[in-house]
Amino acid sequence: MVNRVIVGAHYGLRGWIVQRVSAVVMALYVLLFIGILIFGRPTNFSEWRGLFSGQAMKLATLLFTLSLLVHSWVGMRDILMDYARPMSVRFALETLVAVLLVAWGGWAVQILWSV
Amino acid sequence: MNGDTTPRLQPGTIRHPRPKYLDLFRIRLPVPGLASILHRISGFGLFVAIPFLLYLFQLSISSPEDYVRYRAIFAHPITKLLLIGLAWALFHHLFAGIRFLLMDVHIGLELARARANSVIVIVSAIVCAVAIGVLLW
Repeated sequence: MVNRVIVGAHYGLRGWIVQRVSAVVMALYVLLFIGILIFGRPTNFSEWRGLFSGQAMKLATLLFTLSLLVHSWVGMRDILMDYARPMSVRFALETLVAVLLVAWGGWAVQILWSV
Repeated sequence: MNGDTTPRLQPGTIRHPRPKYLDLFRIRLPVPGLASILHRISGFGLFVAIPFLLYLFQLSISSPEDYVRYRAIFAHPITKLLLIGLAWALFHHLFAGIRFLLMDVHIGLELARARANSVIVIVSAIVCAVAIGVLLW
């Protein structure tokens, strides 16, 4: 028997919306990026680096990174909710995922702003 | 929904044990189910690949010397295979995700269409991954 305590009227709705908004942001960035690769054709180091030196590209990439982090969080949480038993294991894995995502986010920001 | 004539089961009225087809090699998913589980698997794969891609990105962009190392890693067949796998995961996740967004606004919900657009998602992701593979090699 599923005996889940559901708190609040919008249980799960926020995750659902976050997943979709972040998905659209990332899809647009992927389109933009493919366009840049096709029309800009960066072929060497300085062109490639130059691509990310502008503020607009940095912010777009940061927005993509943030979307990736929250999207990964909701997705991995969904997966763990389905397969990770018992609760203690699930909680440990969720914590691990959260820590990893925050660390990767920090790493991404560090890479971006060192350009 | 119109035409839903499924009898409502009262709680606690299941009289015989229900079959559990949990043997992964015996499960036969319908095509939309296949597109869905591949969406999950590709999403997990992309999550696992994040640090690897961050490492490659850092190498590629930090200095000319690291860029040379990045090119060397990029040129390795194992890296190319991994990237082709990731390209498949990205395209499948993207296309299946777009399909889910369309379903959210009630596009393509009828069974025949749901099956057809699942096939489109699965096939076009493979085609795109093969195209990336041709470009990389």
